[in-house]
Amino acid sequence: MTANFNTTPATVPGAVVSAAPPLLKVQNLEKYFPIRGGLLSRVVANVKAVNDVSFELAKGEVVGLVGESGSGKTTAGRAILRLIEPTGGQVIFNGTDVTKLNKSDMRDYRRQMQIIFQDPFASLNPRMTVSDIIGEALDIHKLHQGSARTDRISSLLQKVGLRPEHMRRYPHEFSGGQRQRIGIARALAVDPSFIVADEPVSALDVSIQAQVVNLMQDLQEELGLTVLFIAHDLAVVEYICDRIIVMYLGRIMEIASSRELNRNPKHPYTEALLSAAPVPDPTVKRQRIILEGDIPSPINPPSGCVFRTRCRYAIDDCAKIIPELREVSPGHFKACIRDDVL
Amino acid sequence: MTLTKDSALPNRHAETLLSVTNLKTYFFTDDGVVKSVDGVTFHLGKGETLAVVGESGSGKSVTSLSAMRLIPTPPGKIVEGEMLFTGKDGKTGDLAKMSEAQMRKIRGNDISMIFQEPMTSLNPVYTVGDQIAEAVSLHQGKNRKEAMLAATEMLRLVGIPAPEKRVHEYPHQMSGGMRQRVMIAMALSCNPALLIADEPTTALDVTIQAQILDLMRKLQKEIGMSILFITHNLGVVAEMADRVVVMYGGRVVEEGDVVEIFQAPRHPYTMGLLNSIPRVDHAAEYHAGPGQKKERLEAIPGNVPNPLNLPPGCPFEPRCKYAIPECSKAVPALEDTGGGHMSRCIRWKEFENEARPAVSQSQNAMGEAL
Repeated sequence: MTANFNTTPATVPGAVVSAAPPLLKVQNLEKYFPIRGGLLSRVVANVKAVNDVSFELAKGEVVGLVGESGSGKTTAGRAILRLIEPTGGQVIFNGTDVTKLNKSDMRDYRRQMQIIFQDPFASLNPRMTVSDIIGEALDIHKLHQGSARTDRISSLLQKVGLRPEHMRRYPHEFSGGQRQRIGIARALAVDPSFIVADEPVSALDVSIQAQVVNLMQDLQEELGLTVLFIAHDLAVVEYICDRIIVMYLGRIMEIASSRELNRNPKHPYTEALLSAAPVPDPTVKRQRIILEGDIPSPINPPSGCVFRTRCRYAIDDCAKIIPELREVSPGHFKACIRDDVL
Repeated sequence: MTLTKDSALPNRHAETLLSVTNLKTYFFTDDGVVKSVDGVTFHLGKGETLAVVGESGSGKSVTSLSAMRLIPTPPGKIVEGEMLFTGKDGKTGDLAKMSEAQMRKIRGNDISMIFQEPMTSLNPVYTVGDQIAEAVSLHQGKNRKEAMLAATEMLRLVGIPAPEKRVHEYPHQMSGGMRQRVMIAMALSCNPALLIADEPTTALDVTIQAQILDLMRKLQKEIGMSILFITHNLGVVAEMADRVVVMYGGRVVEEGDVVEIFQAPRHPYTMGLLNSIPRVDHAAEYHAGPGQKKERLEAIPGNVPNPLNLPPGCPFEPRCKYAIPECSKAVPALEDTGGGHMSRCIRWKEFENEARPAVSQSQNAMGEAL
């Protein structure tokens, strides 16, 4: 364990600027995956997939969680929904710490917290019809039973841009974009207030991505959903999200509004990430910051700041101090000890 | 099939390395004939980077596999067309008609390929050094020791730290970015005249993608090879390509200089693609201010057509907002709009920068619907 006392009750890192109480408050979330080895299969090390992650989501807010593979963004999303059990920390949803709930209480909360998965080919059971896929959620939560069930499913399908007669078909009869619409309908079936969207468009063709992004945006506005949008594509995230959380190697590097993050990144990693994203304009020739090397192993992360091994601004202190996530301007948080460079 | 203008090659300059004319690669399946590539014509100059852009099912990968003659036969077959390629020895031959023995000499030596998924395209039971050395000893007749030295040099060239040590490692000991570097090292080990890169950075993170693209540009300058870059990422296209070929439904729908394609597209599909992507350099504008409604992306309605059942006319017609009744009658010809910029749209003349033709109402109403 590393000592990191960055949470004072007064200012929670990544707190929403508005006065309304947050819908979701994640505090010091941790998820360690043990690595067993040796004769007795003892725990020899831990993969610290999510390490001391704290942030808040206001009701109706769309917040992006970006990072490269291995940054812990997907693990964080799943730990929040307890699809994997967090190792430590709290997830406070509407005032209740869901990490403390037992199985049946958790089921009630799941009705309010849903997920949309990345791969529309793997996340729909090929042996079930669309009506069963969407209806299963209704059955589990005992909603819209009897004849209301079919009506509910057909209205959900229409809501996501499919036709009611599609409910008798099987997933293989649909294209990737249509399947993702089914995944969205399934998530919406139980009237959730919070949705984790885990890379919902990255498996889709370019011309289909915009359709699904627009659909999600319309539904979010119509239903007032709070969304945690997990993605690696900064352009999509900046487009759809109000605020963005940048993760690297299990830790939060920066939190800011989309506009602020794009115009005025304060963390060297965000700066590099923005600069690495290719711009679809051949006349733009940018001076690119190319990060050296790969993301380090989460089994044995660098001491101090986890990004320091690839950071062009790293100084000696970066190896000694774990930078705390602190507010550098209203609503803009960064975990970097240097204020003189960005 | 209308092939009216296809046979008229766009200005083929003296230094053409690869010239593909009316290529047709079909797959004969139980459900019918899939015309994956249906009359594709393009050319690639020496030292040039040509990007082939398209979505899944557009035929872009089948085009590149045809050039390497790696189409699984059966069910696939190159049924027609010519692929004139000038090798390192200066001799020009038709890749479509070469014998398997001739192709074996060309693959890996004159033309090499890097694939999307570096994990599945490397052999897990051989060290990376062995795999690079294999091509070197096969094509350049070097013995094992010399070939391993050459492999080490290649790893150094692609920026792998401690190549003397890494050359004895297995693919699983490396990260995704490292493996893609190994793939590039392997592909470039025999100084090919043409490198076919099929979505080489799609499986990689953006910061690693930036490294690999940078490396490819640097090596192209050093070695002087041509690159056929297959991708769906328009950002990568803008960054890498000199010229662009846009494919849809097995055909080239637009071809031109990269700046022209992005600034003055002459095909509705290209225009739609460009409008449908959020741009990291425009992101600040999406959020004009608190409380203001966000901009919407201009999505292309509908789906990529089923290759078994292409529409009779223009394959993009069912999704096109500029479609008129004539569009569904015959496949439009690929016409030169000036200066080698080609468009397969009967209305290209109307797509001036300022005055776009009126959007047909029915298409507009389709909006999000499928």
